Amino acid sequence: MDKLVAQYSRPQHQNESYSEQEQQDLTESLPPLSLKFSLPPVDNRASFLRAMTDDHSNPSCPIKLAHGTTTLAFRFQGGIIVCTDSRATAGNWIASQTVKKVIPVSRLSRGEDKPSNDPTPGLLGTMAGGAADCQYWLRYLSQQCTLHEIRHKRRITVAAASKILANLTYAYKGYGLSMGTMLCGVTPQEGPALYYIDSDGTRLPGNLFCVGSGQTFAYGVLDSNYRYDLSVEEALALGRRAILAAMHRDAYSGGFINLYHVKEEGWVHHGFDDMNPIFWKTKLEQGEFSNVTSEL
Amino acid sequence: MLVYPASFLNMDFVLLGITGKDFVIVAASKAIMRGPTIIKAEDDKTRALNNHTLMAFSGEAGDTVQFAEYIQANIQLYTMRNDTELSTPAVGNFIRGELARSLRSRSPYTVNLLLGGVDPATEKPHLYWIDYLASLAPVPYAAHGYAQYYCLSLLDKHHNPNIDLEEGMKLLGMCTDELKRRLPIDYKGVLVKVITKDGVREVDFDNDKVVRSA
Repeated sequence: MDKLVAQYSRPQHQNESYSEQEQQDLTESLPPLSLKFSLPPVDNRASFLRAMTDDHSNPSCPIKLAHGTTTLAFRFQGGIIVCTDSRATAGNWIASQTVKKVIPVSRLSRGEDKPSNDPTPGLLGTMAGGAADCQYWLRYLSQQCTLHEIRHKRRITVAAASKILANLTYAYKGYGLSMGTMLCGVTPQEGPALYYIDSDGTRLPGNLFCVGSGQTFAYGVLDSNYRYDLSVEEALALGRRAILAAMHRDAYSGGFINLYHVKEEGWVHHGFDDMNPIFWKTKLEQGEFSNVTSEL
Repeated sequence: MLVYPASFLNMDFVLLGITGKDFVIVAASKAIMRGPTIIKAEDDKTRALNNHTLMAFSGEAGDTVQFAEYIQANIQLYTMRNDTELSTPAVGNFIRGELARSLRSRSPYTVNLLLGGVDPATEKPHLYWIDYLASLAPVPYAAHGYAQYYCLSLLDKHHNPNIDLEEGMKLLGMCTDELKRRLPIDYKGVLVKVITKDGVREVDFDNDKVVRSA
């Protein structure tokens, strides 16, 4: 009888995946990881780029890259908190105070960056280092994630998505890419997952990361108050406070505090708020920042 | 014009200062490093200038102790000649003047300092942050070297001018914990001294605590 049933019934998901041949075709149709870019016609491109862009050793370099940031993300009992500042600097010049350094990475959520109480499914990426590199490659990652979703009929895991990006930055190692990014998401396979990926090709899973010129200041606040069993309200407040600390002390961070919470159903935006009133509220109501005097 | 880049100075030194209701805590790392070697692990980078004023220093090898002892001797000379002790703000301004003078000489002292003191009459604490460019800033808490990057944000959040000594030591513990967690350098623990109206004293501090990262 069992034999008969087995003959006429199939496992529930048998038809959802592709045959060996189809999978082979799909893999071969993937674009090569190293895309074709035109490169400067010199012997050592990396040192050429460094000579053109490194304003630390050469203040009159022709290209000033947008640098300087504070971004943080940490895992806790209720999901993942992601928080960033919003300042873009090119050398000593503040190029923008309203940069969105949290980038949704997925087909479903792209472009839906409005504050909303309904969670948006998908992954979040953060932006530190060169603004163009981060925007371009996170968009590329987004495209790959969407393709993964279409091919495999399920959302990509954070581990897989982060590996696509890490393999890419590793392939371009030495070409002068500049990015430090954190990928966050909650998937059924992994639960809440957080990865750090940078332009050296580093890829690390972890509970807590701060990236950018203000990272040390954010770590100072975050480390001393972090617990995995933080409540959602506490975690949001801590993320915001750690970014505020960095915006206050780091000249290359500032502007608005951009706060996100990633949970099982997706991510929720918790505001893009001017740091100034938050700073004074924190100082006057909590009695913190006692080295800043408000009287003349 | 001469320009002194910040990298001129040894950033590996840890200097921390915290004031409270009626005291100043000064902590300085115990290691002396030259290149890849720790040549001393039990160093005292502080000098008492008078009964209620303490100076902690870091910077260029040789300059540090020379400058500190020069200041110490001059403050003691003043005390003997006039039979009166200089207040902490007076000492601070004297040091600033000497640094400013030295900065404009052919071989300036490249020394960063923290100056802590308590006025014995009013019990008011004073802490000054002084750098090798002769800036003098009165502050409620201060740090020099890489410690600045980790501890100032932490102190911004947790410090308040009315804390007692016990809370102050707890705050210092938070700072050293963070340095142990994130600084890739072993600075061999800190030597902690406390200044109150009764004078300067060294206090025990647990440098062997193991701190785990999140």
